[in-house]
Amino acid sequence: MPTLTYRDALNQALREEMQRDPSVFLMGEEVGVYQGAYKVSRGLLEEFGPMRVVDTPIAELGFAGVGVGAAMAGLRPVVEFMTWNFAVLALDQIVNSAAKILYESGGQVPIPIVFRGPNGAALQLAAQHSQAWESWLAHIPGLKVVAPATPADAKGLLKAAIRDDNPVIVLEGEMLYNTKGDVPEGEHVVPIGKADVKRAGTDVTLVCHSKTVVPALKAAEQLQEQGVSAEVVDLRSLRPMDEETLVASVAKTNRCVVAEEGWPHCGIGAQVVDIIQREAFDSLDAPVLRVTQADVPMPYNRQLERAAKPSPEKIVAAARRVCYLD
Amino acid sequence: MATATAQPAKDEALLELQRRMLRQMLLVRRFEEKAAEAYALGKIGGFCHLYIGQEAVAAGSLAVLRDDDYVICSYREHGQALVRGVPANAVMAELFGKATGCSRGKGGSMHLFDAGRRFMGGHGIVGGHIPLAAGLGFAIKYRGGDQICLCYFGEAAVNIGAFHEALNMASVWKLPIIFCCENNRYGMGTAFERVAAVTDVVEHACSYDMAAELVNGMDVMAVYGATERAAERARKTGHPTLLEVRTYRFMGHSMSDPLHGVYRTKEEVEEQKKRDPISLLVLKLKEEGALDDAALAALDAEVRAVVEAAVQFADQSPDPDLSELTSHVLVE
Repeated sequence: MPTLTYRDALNQALREEMQRDPSVFLMGEEVGVYQGAYKVSRGLLEEFGPMRVVDTPIAELGFAGVGVGAAMAGLRPVVEFMTWNFAVLALDQIVNSAAKILYESGGQVPIPIVFRGPNGAALQLAAQHSQAWESWLAHIPGLKVVAPATPADAKGLLKAAIRDDNPVIVLEGEMLYNTKGDVPEGEHVVPIGKADVKRAGTDVTLVCHSKTVVPALKAAEQLQEQGVSAEVVDLRSLRPMDEETLVASVAKTNRCVVAEEGWPHCGIGAQVVDIIQREAFDSLDAPVLRVTQADVPMPYNRQLERAAKPSPEKIVAAARRVCYLD
Repeated sequence: MATATAQPAKDEALLELQRRMLRQMLLVRRFEEKAAEAYALGKIGGFCHLYIGQEAVAAGSLAVLRDDDYVICSYREHGQALVRGVPANAVMAELFGKATGCSRGKGGSMHLFDAGRRFMGGHGIVGGHIPLAAGLGFAIKYRGGDQICLCYFGEAAVNIGAFHEALNMASVWKLPIIFCCENNRYGMGTAFERVAAVTDVVEHACSYDMAAELVNGMDVMAVYGATERAAERARKTGHPTLLEVRTYRFMGHSMSDPLHGVYRTKEEVEEQKKRDPISLLVLKLKEEGALDDAALAALDAEVRAVVEAAVQFADQSPDPDLSELTSHVLVE
């Protein structure tokens, strides 16, 4: 199986889907001539031309709306946001148009669109450029939200998103674009709504998604050295969320830690905890703990930023607590 | 000789067009009057924005469109829906929130849809649908078609960013769209000149290198002519046009808002009613000998019957089944 970067896996998904279906097109800032702010769209302009790889002005609200309008007419747009921080300007189109038109039209007008781009913090980009938006987006009925952590999942989930007849949010990670992994060639579609056990274990379940899969796996290694067997469940899909896999894992381990990049208040972890207390109450041997970004705007200073972010050490500490080791 | 025989035929076609538009305007007027009654009776809930006074805009512009063109509107769209051919029964039933409504009772007054007629909705966020119009225009161009998209919005939407972003992209990408600004002078209770630095909406077209025209929205033929020119430009060259159609709303912003009071005087409304687009068209047709009192009465009786039947249909239609609560959130 070929090894690809996360970036190239996304590129492969886009290229294959655009080759497969002439109604698929990509639009966004810098996607064409510049080859993508993060080079996810490298080579696509040359292969598909400017009508299908559309450079937009810096007008997130406007071009997100153009995408939704094109989807209303039956095209399948992939709208790239340079980052999800800028997509906040487009929330009116995502929330009020893309997510609601099917319902308010009584089922007449589907919106088969993908909104994608990097989400969450990178390194020292400060408060406005370091935000994780998944709990905002996953809150909205009418949207699907996925957050792949590996190159294979990036390819498979983006392909699934493009083929879906609904608006799908694809949350990528700037810090993930260079990570490498095995990626199946050709037809590799990961179903939306299925979590993935990235590491099996018996003593504690570590729930994570997107970038936090990396510190969660590191934490699992450290815990192993301390005699604790951790199971790492990568949610992959945040809406719908795979309750079955979560509950099965907690039924086995009886303990759970949820890690995420977002802030604690009303975060994704809160939803996971709701599922577990509701569906796996009798399995629990300890309260579920959460590891999140500190409840502050992201600071610029390197030390402060590190202190704000989830880390393997924080996940290990939480896991030890739910195992009553500390 | 050919010219001499062709001329009356052309005149007759023009008169026929005007009589057809008169019927549509009357239908909208009577429909809206009934909607106001039904609202007062509690048959219609929520927000209900009436089109009375603005009928010439929908009638004059939509007469130009082909069946395969797209229409997209703000939340003041009962008139456009009716003129586009959405059956009065389905529109009234939607206002009543019934299962037989054009959006199955799930959209209401502000979200009338009829995808088959390419009526792509009423939209409730001021100006939010203008980029959607650009997207419909983009899709036309993407597929190489010669359809156009006609997008209606009020003058208050001109102050929102979505308007400017959409016009810029429509012009840069040469999208076949008519941006039809219905300038009825008030955004709810705020006079446009109190909140807009540039009060001639057409002037904004300069910023986007776009063709534009100022139109008398009380003269249905003026609206028709301007739309025809814009449609030809869109079909032949792909270029968009901004129309500023000056009109006036004879009712309050919505059914829950006053007709006049703090923001405009009763006298102003009465003065404007002298420019009633229906009365003006009736007068014109009478002067041309194309309409008499009996024909007008017959026309009015016919549309009143249509509206009465629509109210009965809506009243007798069932509510949506409770299972509709969770259907159409996603395509399954």
